[in-house]
Amino acid sequence: MNLIERVVAISRRRSPWICRLNAGSCNGCDIEITPLLSPRYDAEQLGVELHGTPKHADIVLISGTLTLRSREAILDIYAQVPNPKAVVALGSCPASGNVFAGSPLVLSESLDSVVPVDVWVPGCPPRPQAILDGIARAARLLEDGATKSQLQNWQGRLS
Amino acid sequence: MNTVWSYLIAFAVWPGLLFAAPLGWLELWFMRKLVARLQGRRGPPFFQPFFDFMKLLGKQTVIPRGVSRGIFLALPLVSVGAVTAALAIVPLPGNPVPSLPGDVVLLLYLMEVPVLCEVLAGYVSRSIYGQVAAMREALLSLAYNLPFLVAIIAMAQEAGSFRMSALQAAPYGIVHLLAGVTFLLALPARMKLNPFSIANAEHEIVADSHIEYSGPPLALFKLSHAVELVLLTELFAVVFIPATPWPLVNLLVYLAAGILVLGGVTLLATATARLRLAQAFRFYWVWGGIASAVTMAATLVR
Ligand code: SF4
Repeated sequence: MNLIERVVAISRRRSPWICRLNAGSCNGCDIEITPLLSPRYDAEQLGVELHGTPKHADIVLISGTLTLRSREAILDIYAQVPNPKAVVALGSCPASGNVFAGSPLVLSESLDSVVPVDVWVPGCPPRPQAILDGIARAARLLEDGATKSQLQNWQGRLS
Repeated sequence: MNTVWSYLIAFAVWPGLLFAAPLGWLELWFMRKLVARLQGRRGPPFFQPFFDFMKLLGKQTVIPRGVSRGIFLALPLVSVGAVTAALAIVPLPGNPVPSLPGDVVLLLYLMEVPVLCEVLAGYVSRSIYGQVAAMREALLSLAYNLPFLVAIIAMAQEAGSFRMSALQAAPYGIVHLLAGVTFLLALPARMKLNPFSIANAEHEIVADSHIEYSGPPLALFKLSHAVELVLLTELFAVVFIPATPWPLVNLLVYLAAGILVLGGVTLLATATARLRLAQAFRFYWVWGGIASAVTMAATLVR
């Protein structure tokens, strides 16, 4: 790894820009993201910036129960995020469907079956500091080149 | 030294990219840190703008379907090139470029190019949000350019020449004061800061006109914005701050004045909420217009 690659890798950890994706959430998880930007948790110290468009994001925070209709949207938005990227699943909903599992319009599957998830943040809703920790862990994975999408691309290049 | 070389050095080294980029990042950091401190937060680390830039350089570029590749990639390059060239004309101490007759006109023209690039970037992106941002940017530039251009033209009238060095050396007077105030009036909108952050209203229209940009082209747009901050603050300092005979003292005074202006503009940005386009337009054509008229009148009565 030469110097420039090293600096870029460090920058990936120091500048994780996030974008929210609500895949059918009850809004509980999304509301818990807001305090991250407030004086109390101040995610900007870690270089986190909230962006509205997936084109500017490094880390996608996906919250909520996956529904039959949101599956397409998740795939579409995930594809728009430029590589290298990481996915953080917020709350219990993306993992299992939570209390909504089994409802007629709910895809009772884990988010992992739609897009590769790097960090799971459990809780219903998770605490803000847990979300911040999840972002920091995803940022470290980006630095190490160890997110699932980075590993897949790497294997794709080798084979 | 050969003239071509002096232009190259002015563009690439001082006051061009090699110094302007770190200076721009420093100014960006200063603004972000000041906003954070005013809001009771800790704020970003010192190297944050640099990390943002390097990270974007290492990302993939996604070009939306149906967008012409050439113009999509050329716009950020043109934007950075134009602001850096504009900065290279500003007679900062130690600038190797010789003073040309009429370089004020060239400077004003070059300063419009990044605005034009942003408008085009919004329109070529085929994103509806990008197009709204481009439209707002174009309209807003019609508003803030009235006081901005009048401030510089009044100074040229006062100095009796369209040469940057003549503007810098003009004897200090009341016109400096009036034109300086008129210039400051236009500054927040030129920097796209808060009461006039209409074209980059992140919660209304998602993002600015770079909404479809990603990776290195976005990094170049961010760099262009950073250099533009340096250009605007240093232009203010060079034209409106009285120069001393010592170049080193001048340089320090200019840099300090730049940081001071940024601090004031940032204070205004944190203390205010965003205006609507029509309100901003009215503000610039009424109050900016009055300030411009007073400034022009002052140059004539002498
Ligand atoms: S995990 Fe809980 S808070 Fe979050 S979206 Fe699901 S039900 Fe709502």
